[in-house]
Amino acid sequence: MFKKVTIAVGAAVLVSGLAYAADLAGAGATFPAPVYAKWAEAYKAATNNQLNYQAIGSGGGIKQIKAKTVDFGASDKPLKPEELNSAGLYQFPTVIGGVVPVTNIPGLHSGQLRLTGALLGDIFLGNIKNWNDQRIHAANPRVTLPNLPITVVHRSDGSGTSFLFTTYLSMKNPAWAKQVGGSDSVEWPTGLGGKGNDGVSAFVKQTVGAIGYVEYAYAKQNKMPYVLIQNKVGQYPAPNAAAFGSAAASAPWANAPGNYVLLLDQPGAKTWPISGATFILLYKNQQNAETGKSVLSFFDWAYKNGDAAANALDYVPLPVGVKTLIRKQWAANITSGGKPIFVTK
Amino acid sequence: MLDVSEVTGGGIVPPPTLHQGGPAAIPHAKGAWFDPVFEGLCFGAATLLLASLSGLVISLAIGGWPALSHFGLSFFTSTTWNPVDDVYGAAGPIVGTILTAFVALAIALPLAIGIAVYLVEFCPRMLARSVSIAVELLAGIPSIVYGMWGLFVFAPLFAKYVQMPLIMHAAPGSLAEKLFAGVPNGANIVTASIILAIMILPYMATVLRELLLTVPPQVREAAYGLGCTPFEVVTSVIVPYVRRELVGVVMLGLGRALGETMAVTFVIGNAHGFPKSLFASGSTLASTIANEFTEATGELHTSALIALGLVLFMITFSVLALARALLSTKKV
Repeated sequence: MFKKVTIAVGAAVLVSGLAYAADLAGAGATFPAPVYAKWAEAYKAATNNQLNYQAIGSGGGIKQIKAKTVDFGASDKPLKPEELNSAGLYQFPTVIGGVVPVTNIPGLHSGQLRLTGALLGDIFLGNIKNWNDQRIHAANPRVTLPNLPITVVHRSDGSGTSFLFTTYLSMKNPAWAKQVGGSDSVEWPTGLGGKGNDGVSAFVKQTVGAIGYVEYAYAKQNKMPYVLIQNKVGQYPAPNAAAFGSAAASAPWANAPGNYVLLLDQPGAKTWPISGATFILLYKNQQNAETGKSVLSFFDWAYKNGDAAANALDYVPLPVGVKTLIRKQWAANITSGGKPIFVTK
Repeated sequence: MLDVSEVTGGGIVPPPTLHQGGPAAIPHAKGAWFDPVFEGLCFGAATLLLASLSGLVISLAIGGWPALSHFGLSFFTSTTWNPVDDVYGAAGPIVGTILTAFVALAIALPLAIGIAVYLVEFCPRMLARSVSIAVELLAGIPSIVYGMWGLFVFAPLFAKYVQMPLIMHAAPGSLAEKLFAGVPNGANIVTASIILAIMILPYMATVLRELLLTVPPQVREAAYGLGCTPFEVVTSVIVPYVRRELVGVVMLGLGRALGETMAVTFVIGNAHGFPKSLFASGSTLASTIANEFTEATGELHTSALIALGLVLFMITFSVLALARALLSTKKV
């Protein structure tokens, strides 16, 4: 009898709990999915609110938020202000990552090879075909480079990583900008494509003389030999959390309409030149004030309590100044029935 | 035995007792009301399949129409695939799809025949069981596992022990040099075809074994009685006996090879455009869709990918239609 009562009470609590805490649903970019999942887990433990995130890719995330099938979308590349306005959307960054060129050259250690953006572009264009090319030697006078053909490895799947990498090459190499351009997937002039970071790294590891590019976290966890890239002020910083944080801190968030900020080639001596933030998309005018509030409380909570989890997964949290700015934007931009739904404390 | 052959004979066959009558009069009087319902259910199952298939084709056509109407015939002839400028041509993936599927078939078919003939004709019963279980297990492995294995294990071995020696030994200027040209890293048309062959082999071998088991023992014994050697029995009696159905087996394998996605995506190298040699990177229709669909944001890009799906459907459909045509002309 007692057992039956406890089961009944337990079931009632469970049902009311489910009915009370409306589940939040988000979908989009795969790159930040691990940290969103970690945040959602910790958030559930702290507040008993459930958040489901589907890592279906940035393209899918943008489509789903436009179709209003999710409470928020997520994209690895920011939408242009015009596109945001026409859809009535607002976007803000959550975490930062970076793209790191990796190589397989016998006898060469991590960080030994130095390249400029222009040289990197020429290599990926197929204009520089051998590691002993004079132009590479000129940038690396103290490194002996072997007579070895260069094999270019790129991502075969459309990805935010490719977007950052090719957009950066477009900024630094006019021939690249003219011939190829910057996008999630491009018409690669040379080389072979691997699926995902693991596909690229497998081909780089298997091919002597290969150069590819992967997410920083992936390169770090797999201890891949990386190349140093010259930044805007002529320095060659090592790719690490501080270098990506420096890119985010130097970026002009306050003056960027719609937070359309690419953390590429930002100033600062310590700045890694190929960095990028990942973004959340939500409607400026929330039809349901409660849902809008819940989404913002989740990210507010994550801004406050999520840095450790992000660091542990090799994502770089936003600098404090940027977070404060974004919170102010929430209060000013996100409304329901004309009233703001987020209050800065 | 009789029941089985009637049921597998195709179509809706009422229980034999219904027409033959017999002592069990009460049970069918009781069950008779169910027959129309049963027929209705079967009809529903068949039409549901047709409806979903035509729904699929229609939605593919609608989704792909913007790209098809925008590029017209050049969608099928151009090798340019440029998401930045929104210019799409499917010639590279079309050629890659057909090439890998047929090379895979050329590898898998002789092996499948060998496995099936051995299992049915020569193998000791104990071994036959374990071999056929192993073959069926191969069919149960998810394609992503084949892809991973292909990328991390098979491709490096293939590059080192097959590709490199072939490139080294090809005479300069010869046809072999042209065929084997490419970066020796194992990501190419041939690797993809071999992985595909391993994947379609279990299906083909299993069906073929069942097929050989349908050869009446009298036929076999008569051939032996005439003094045929086992080789002659297999090549001139057993295989010709099932050659019509053999076309079906080939089409089954080909159909699967044409549409296989994940395993191919991992090992084909994913380069758009025509493959320049057997050891060059290429792409297939399915691998291009798998690679780009999740991050495709532009309307034309998405539409071009859906159109690739339609093209793949048309290729598979023509293969099946061809098989049907071959089956009907080759009546024994």
